Amino acid sequence: MIYFIFIVVIFLLMLAAAIYAITQKDLLYAVIATGIISLILSVVFYILQAPDVALTEAAIGVALTTIVFIITIRNTVRMEDESDKDNNNLKSAAK
Amino acid sequence: MKKILVIVLLAVVGYFLADVFINMGFGNSKFIQNAEIKPVKDDYLQKTKDDLKVSNTVTSIVVNFRGFDTLGEVTVLFLSVTALGSILYRRRHHAGDRSVLFSASSIVTAGSKLIFPPIILLGAYVFIHGHLSPGGGFQGGVIIATGYLLMLLAYENYTVSHKSLTIVESMAGITFVIIGLMGFMNGGTFLQNFLPTGTLNDLFSGGVIAIIYIAVGFKVAAELTGVIYTVLNEKGEQHG
Repeated sequence: MIYFIFIVVIFLLMLAAAIYAITQKDLLYAVIATGIISLILSVVFYILQAPDVALTEAAIGVALTTIVFIITIRNTVRMEDESDKDNNNLKSAAK
Repeated sequence: MKKILVIVLLAVVGYFLADVFINMGFGNSKFIQNAEIKPVKDDYLQKTKDDLKVSNTVTSIVVNFRGFDTLGEVTVLFLSVTALGSILYRRRHHAGDRSVLFSASSIVTAGSKLIFPPIILLGAYVFIHGHLSPGGGFQGGVIIATGYLLMLLAYENYTVSHKSLTIVESMAGITFVIIGLMGFMNGGTFLQNFLPTGTLNDLFSGGVIAIIYIAVGFKVAAELTGVIYTVLNEKGEQHG
C-alpha cells in the first residue's frame, strides 16, 4: 500500500512539473521543470527494476538535454512573449 | 449533453488505463498467459548465463543478441552529430570566442578542476563494468561528456581538439565493426563471440562484450563532447 501511494505521489509530481513546463512563460524555468520530469522518471525506472534505463535517463535527460536547452535559450530568447512581440512588430511593419 | 458524454467516455478510458497499470505486474510471470508457449526470454536468460557468462542480461541482449541494432543506434547518433556540425559550421566563431553563460567564480573553477577526474573515472568505470553492473557504453560516454561540459563551462578558454575527437570516434566505430566482422571470420554470425568467455561475475568475462562496450563508450563520449563544444561555440545574433 505504501508502495502504491509512493508511485501515485511520484506520478502526480511528474504531472505537476509537466503542466508547469507548459504554462510557464519563462523558458528557463520550463527547461528546469522538464529536467525535474526526467529526474523523477529515472526514479520510476529504478522502481520498475530497470536500472540501466534509469542511468541513461538520469545522464541524458537531467544533465545533457537541460544544458543544451539552456545554451539555446542563452543564444535566442528567454521569454516566450519576446518572439511573439517580434512577430507582431514584423506584422505591423508589413502593414 | 455533449459534455456528459465526453466525461463518461473519459471515465471509461481512465478506468481501463488505471486497471491495466495496477494489474500490470512488472517483472512477474503474469505477462505470460499461455504456459505452453515458451517465451524467448527463457532462452536469453539461459544463454546469457551458460554460454556468454555475463551477469547483466540487458548488456548481453543489447550488445550480443541484438548487437546489430546497437550498431544502428550508434550510427544514428553519429549522423545527428554530423548534421548538427554541418548546420552550425558556417556561423562558428574562433575558439575562445565562446558564448559564456556567465563568468565562473574562482570557487567554481577550482571545484570543477577537482571534480573533473572523478567524473571521468566514474564514466570509465560504468562502461568497463557494463557487463557486470547496470550501465554500459552509452551511459558511461554520456557521463564523460558531462565532465567535459563542466570544464567547458568553468573555463572560458578550455578547448577540445576537434581532430582528436574525430580520431577517437572513428577508431571506436571501426573497432565495433571489425569485431562484428570477426564473428564472420570465425564461422558464425555478425558480432558472434569468438573470445574465451571466462567465469561468471569476473571482470574478464563475456568475451567481446566488454571490448565493444569500451568502444561504444569512447564513441559516445567523443560525439557528445563534440555536440556540446559546437553548441557552446555557437554565438548567434545578440539579443542583449
